[in-house]
Amino acid sequence: MRNKRFRYLLAVLAAFALLAAACGDGTSETTAAPGDTTTTSAAPDTTAPPETTAPPETTAPPETTVPPSELGTVEVAAGEAIQIRSLQAITGDVSFLGIPNQRATELAILDYGQIQGHDVNMGQGLDDLCLNEGGQAAGQTIVADTQVVGVIGTSCSGAAVAAAPLISAAGMVMISPANTSPALTSDLQGNPGTDFNVGYYRTAHNDLFQGAAAAKFVFEELGLTTAAAIHDGDPYTNGLASAFRSAYEALGGTVSVFTAVNKGDTDMTPVLTEVAAGSPQLIFFPIFPPEGDFIVQQVGGVSGLEDVVLMAADGLLVSNFLALPESTGMYFSGPNTNFAAENASVTGVTPTDFLATYESTYGEAPSAPFWAHSYDATIMLLSAIDAVAVDNGDGSLTIDRQALRDELSATSGFAGLIGSLTCDEFGDCGSQEISVVLHEGDADATPTNVQFSAGREDLLPLITGG
Amino acid sequence: MATVTERAPASNGLRVGWTFDWVESFLFVVKAFSAFVILWGLIGYIALASSGEALTGEALRDLIVAGVAQGSMYGLIALGYSMVYGVLGFINFAHGEVFMSGAIVGYFTADAFFRTGMWTNNFYVSIVVVLLAAVATSTALAVLIERIAYRPLRGAPRLIPLITSIGVSFFIQNAVLGLTGPTVKTYPPLTEVGLPEWVTGRVNFGIFAIDGTKLIAVVVALLSMLVLYQFVTRTKTGRAMRAVAEDKEIAALMGINVDRTIVTTFAVGGSMAGVAALLWAILFRGVNSFTGFLPGIKAFTAAVLGGIGNLVGAMIGGIALGVFEGVGPQTILFGLRWEVPLWLGLVLLATGVLAVVSGRARGTSRLYLPGAIAILGGVAGVLSWSQTIPGLFQIKDVVAFYALFLVLIFRPSGLLGERLALEDRA
Repeated sequence: MRNKRFRYLLAVLAAFALLAAACGDGTSETTAAPGDTTTTSAAPDTTAPPETTAPPETTAPPETTVPPSELGTVEVAAGEAIQIRSLQAITGDVSFLGIPNQRATELAILDYGQIQGHDVNMGQGLDDLCLNEGGQAAGQTIVADTQVVGVIGTSCSGAAVAAAPLISAAGMVMISPANTSPALTSDLQGNPGTDFNVGYYRTAHNDLFQGAAAAKFVFEELGLTTAAAIHDGDPYTNGLASAFRSAYEALGGTVSVFTAVNKGDTDMTPVLTEVAAGSPQLIFFPIFPPEGDFIVQQVGGVSGLEDVVLMAADGLLVSNFLALPESTGMYFSGPNTNFAAENASVTGVTPTDFLATYESTYGEAPSAPFWAHSYDATIMLLSAIDAVAVDNGDGSLTIDRQALRDELSATSGFAGLIGSLTCDEFGDCGSQEISVVLHEGDADATPTNVQFSAGREDLLPLITGG
Repeated sequence: MATVTERAPASNGLRVGWTFDWVESFLFVVKAFSAFVILWGLIGYIALASSGEALTGEALRDLIVAGVAQGSMYGLIALGYSMVYGVLGFINFAHGEVFMSGAIVGYFTADAFFRTGMWTNNFYVSIVVVLLAAVATSTALAVLIERIAYRPLRGAPRLIPLITSIGVSFFIQNAVLGLTGPTVKTYPPLTEVGLPEWVTGRVNFGIFAIDGTKLIAVVVALLSMLVLYQFVTRTKTGRAMRAVAEDKEIAALMGINVDRTIVTTFAVGGSMAGVAALLWAILFRGVNSFTGFLPGIKAFTAAVLGGIGNLVGAMIGGIALGVFEGVGPQTILFGLRWEVPLWLGLVLLATGVLAVVSGRARGTSRLYLPGAIAILGGVAGVLSWSQTIPGLFQIKDVVAFYALFLVLIFRPSGLLGERLALEDRA
């Protein structure tokens, strides 16, 4: 008996020793992103990079000439419509974000009119549910229809991570008006993101720009040198908080605490206590309600944080949060939504015209700021289709999928509602205009007191370290 | 300390020669590894704290206080789980939603008062009405659930009301979602309503300073617990409840109206959830249709932690859970980043081996667990094992549920022991 027991023990201890040795390097992998493939296996990833204005620096794919037939073509018979799709979060608690996007796509299709005598059909708007699963399901629905040329979507980066590989593999293109995660495009230093797929484009900003703008504002405008950042584990919040940290540290600031809350938590005292231990002058928490609500309500009760400056991002620019008395005096970073009135799209529509049409058509103002990005994304797609579609003389059209990707990738100086659109080799086409606003206590409206604005040229050196 | 083989005496007779008992060995591994991590974290925390790298004492105190306040709310909700379990022998998973409904109705009442200025001008009347509204809602809902969902299933196998309760839980969640929308509803603030300064500020007890709201939460929870305890032990209805919990048939033979007693149990559990809802409003202020879910699960954990069916156990389990999850990440998990000095690692290794060898020589297995821990610590020390865990508070729930897991493997009946009916003890 004793002998046997002793042998068990030895076996157990041996197992533990192995375990301890395995853990022994003392580092934990913290940055593994959910998606781990850089490109889909099925998608031919030999796409030639577009002639971008910035020369590709490091890992540009080789300049191979792909025969046009590789991705295939879409034949649109005479009298038939060209098929595109809209994939947005149109139900659930993020529908405030997706519904205006889908509507903007509908209006853009109407404004653009026919392409070489063919109508454009968006079909039934698809729902990404703002979830990975939603993107997966809708992506499969889309690729099942081989007539689809391109997709406008998704609303959420998490949904794009699942949808983009499918759409890319099917040879289609997708242009997102609202995804901001750097993982979907690139780190802006020539390296593709972990979830980058060929054929993915976006008119929304890359959060590296937003993080850099927030950092620049805090360090240079507010003059604060110690900050804390809190995310909630979501790819969007984690990415933005990390972007803030790296830009802030590049400027010379110190991020004394970089931590996370748990979605669903209500008692923020523990995490705020951890934050207080780093004595920050500012807390940057680009998260969502209700966790954001609990943070502003409880921050005053934690000793050491009585005078801390609070700053959040567009995720908390919602009326319920702004209505909290504690949120008055906070700063928010987000895409610049004060679009210049002279920003006319190639359709001739200006932001003012668009809003007027939107309100008269749907009876309300858009509930989220990415309507302009959606309009531009749609017009960009339609213009590109127009440019590459070949009329076969019998009323039918042939659209070459590879030519369409090349056309979109080559977008440069394209006039949009959000400003001038130029795509980089990883599909970032947005104007990258970021602004920081101050909430002055008016709960009924989005804060308009712009404290700071910056664009691509101001921020890129900070991100690339150049 | 229970040893490996003593826990399964029946299987000893079946073993022939050298067999390997996977379950016992696995439990031993889990125990040794858990004890090792906890000890490592604690020692590491103390070492880091003494060199000024960890939390200040003040911060630690705030964490404990916040944990106790949150925990007493878990405790109040846990009472409902525990009482129903004691009487009917199943877990009423819809109890978290009973709590949430009270908080939601309380919000609409408070908001109405706030809009009319009553909240500011006549705060005490308002808060009493809000409390009554919350308690009335929770109580009524608990009784309604019992009548509609559970009474028709009386006598069915216990799994059936259990699954029903999960269905009821989803139903209420989504009904409230449909009625009130997904946004977070925020109770009006407690400032500027003429409250004494200590409520919105801090109360000093010598070296201890507590947020007024947290103190109120703890005191109200303990008072409610006391009242409930008196109710169950001293009154006739309470005695009837205990009798029904013990044996329904014999209680019925003694002239106790079993159905009415069960309704009373649900009503009392519901009213405790209503009180918890008001405390929630004071502490956290924000509610929506999903507010009940996580606290419900935590309260259930607390009930099991303290010993299900045991009222004092539920309260103590709740407070313990609140403190574990509030303090655990910042102490034990934080302490894991401590690198043990090499000499200490060697000493530990030697001690561990000595303990196991001498235990074997003396024919006792009592030294195996400490020996295993010491050897693990020694190996880790020699390899300079240190783990930095990013985003410590994201795994707060893991700490909470791991605490439950540990209590159950070391003490399967919970901290204070279960109170089960006769038929369940068999």
